[in-house]
Amino acid sequence: MTVSLAPTAVARSAGERQEDVPPEATAASPTGPSPAASPPGSAARFRLATEDPPWVRRLLVSVALLFLAAFLLVPAAAVVWEAFRGGIHLWWKAVTEPDALAAIRLTLLVAAISVPLNTLFGVAAAWSITRFRFRGKNLLLSLVDLPFGVSPVIAGMLVILLFGSRGVLGPWVLAHDVRIAFAVPGIVLATVFVTFPFVARELVPFMQAQGTEEEEAALVLGASGWQILTRVTLPNVRWSLLYGVILCNARAMGEFGAVSVVSGHVRGLTNTVPLHVEILYDEYAFRASFAVASLLFLLAVVTLVAKQVTEWKVRAESETWGGR
Amino acid sequence: MRSLTASTRRAHRGVLPGFGLSTGFTVFYLGLVVLIPLSLVVLKASELTWAEAIALTTSPRALASYRISFGAAAAGAAVNTVFGGLVAWVLARYRFPGRRLVDALVDLPFALPTAVSGIALCAVYSRNGWIGRWLEPLGVKVVYSELGVVLALTFIGLPFVVRTVQPVLEDADREVEEAAAVLGADRAQTALRVILPTVLPAALTGFALAFARAVGEYGSVVFISGNMPLRTEIAPLLIMTRLEQFDYAGATAIATVMLAVSFVLLLAVNRLQAWTRVLAGQV
Repeated sequence: MTVSLAPTAVARSAGERQEDVPPEATAASPTGPSPAASPPGSAARFRLATEDPPWVRRLLVSVALLFLAAFLLVPAAAVVWEAFRGGIHLWWKAVTEPDALAAIRLTLLVAAISVPLNTLFGVAAAWSITRFRFRGKNLLLSLVDLPFGVSPVIAGMLVILLFGSRGVLGPWVLAHDVRIAFAVPGIVLATVFVTFPFVARELVPFMQAQGTEEEEAALVLGASGWQILTRVTLPNVRWSLLYGVILCNARAMGEFGAVSVVSGHVRGLTNTVPLHVEILYDEYAFRASFAVASLLFLLAVVTLVAKQVTEWKVRAESETWGGR
Repeated sequence: MRSLTASTRRAHRGVLPGFGLSTGFTVFYLGLVVLIPLSLVVLKASELTWAEAIALTTSPRALASYRISFGAAAAGAAVNTVFGGLVAWVLARYRFPGRRLVDALVDLPFALPTAVSGIALCAVYSRNGWIGRWLEPLGVKVVYSELGVVLALTFIGLPFVVRTVQPVLEDADREVEEAAAVLGADRAQTALRVILPTVLPAALTGFALAFARAVGEYGSVVFISGNMPLRTEIAPLLIMTRLEQFDYAGATAIATVMLAVSFVLLLAVNRLQAWTRVLAGQV
C-alpha cells in the first residue's frame, strides 16, 4: 500500500507553469465574485484557456480553506490553547511531574530501540529491492507494506497471542521469568511492527528513481560493497533516509492503539506519553492531559517542518544534477 | 527502472554486491516481525470450528461494530475524496497567500499522534467547544455519536487522498486541457470530461487508502465516539474489549475478518496504482 508523503525525487514543474499566468489576471480583477462583471472574452482581462475565472478560483480556495480550518487548523489550535490556558506554570508542572517524566523516558527508550532496527531494515530492503532483479520482488515490496494495512489494535494483539500467558511462547517465556506482554518489551515489539515500513517506503521509490549508475561506477573504480554503501549510496539518499527516519520516529513516539493493547497501563512503569495523555483525559485532568499532548503536538510540528526541509533539499539536489 | 546499461543487461541480477546479505536480512526480518506473527492469527482462528467462528464473527455486537467501522470509514473516505480532491486541485493549480503553509498542514493528521487528534477533535466539537457550540443549537451532536466517528475517520484519512491526487494533477498534461478549450469546451466541460477521468484512478486509490487507514483506526475514535456497544463501538475497540476479557478466540475471530478486509483493500490499491501508472504512461 503506497501513499507517497515523501519528498518526491521528481522536480515538480507546476510552479514554473503557473508563472505564464499574467499577474493582472488576479491583480486587476474586481473584488465581487460576480461572473457577469468579467466577460470571459474581454481583452482587458486576458485569461488563459486553461485558467479558471477568478470567481471560481476564489470560491474553490475558500471552500478548501474552510474545510481545512474546521478539520485541521481549529483542532490543532485547540491543543495549544488548552495546554497553555492555565499558564506556563501549570503546563510545566504537568509535563515534569514524575509520572509524566517516566512516560517521556519510556517513549524515548521505545523509539531508541525500534527506530534503528527499522532503519537498518529499510536500508537493507531498499538495497535489495532497487539494486537487483529477482523473482518475487513485487511480492516482497507488497509484504513490506503489509503493516500499514493492519489495525494497530491487531498489531498489539499479535504480541499477546505470542507472549501472553496463554500465548504460543507465553508459558516458555514466563518459565524463564521474562515478562514481555503487558511490559516494556511488548511495547517495543508492538512499536517495531507498526513502524516497520516507514524507512523502506521512503527509500525504495527514491533509490529506484536514482538508478544504479553511480554505484556501478564506484564498483568499476574498485570500491568494496561497504564503501559503495557508505560513500555513494547513503550520501545520495541522505535526505530521503532522514525523512523516513523522522516519520518512523514520529509514529514510534506517537503510537497509541498497539501500545494500548500490550501495555499493562501501570503508571510510571509501562505508560508511554500517548497512554499518559489518555489516562489524564479519562481522569478529567484535561489541562494536564493537553499539556502532555502538546509535547506530541510539538513532535508533529517538527515532523512537518522536517518534511518541508527535506523536500527542498531533494529538489535542490535534483536540480544541480541537471534533469536527473 | 530507467535505463539498463550494457553491464547490467549482461549480469543476471545486477552487478552490485550484497544481494544475498540485503535480501536475506530483509526476508528474515520481514518473517520475524510481520509474517510469522500474522500467520499466527490465522492459525489461532483455524482452531475454531466453523460453527464457533460464525457465531463469534456474526454476533449482533460484532455485526454492529462492522457496520459502524466500515460505514463510517466509507463515509469519511467519501468526504475526503470530494474535499480532499478539492484541496489537491486548489494546491496544485492555484496560487494564493499561505499556500505553502496549507500544503504543509495537510500532512498534520499523518504526523499527529492519534490520541492527540482524538482529544483535540473532542475538545473542538463537544457541546461547549469552539465549533460544537455552533452546531449544538442546530441539533447536530458530534461527540458521542456516529457523526463523531465519521469526523475522526475523515480527519485521519485526509492526507491520503490529497497526497495521492495532488501529484497527478501537477503532472497532468496541460496541453490536453488547451486542446479541449480549442475544440470549444468550456471549463466545466473540461473539468468533467478531461480532468476528472485523468484523476479518477488516483482519486479511487486515495479513497481506498483513506478507507483502509480508517477501518483499523483506534486512537482518534475512542475519545470522540463514546464507545457505546451496538451504536458507536468500532471493530478495533471490540477486539480490544475481547482481549481485556481474555476472550482470545473472540478477538482472533474478529481480527481475522478485519485482516481479510485489509488484504482485499491492499490488493485493490495495488491494482489501482498499476492502473494509475498505465494512464500516466509510465509503463
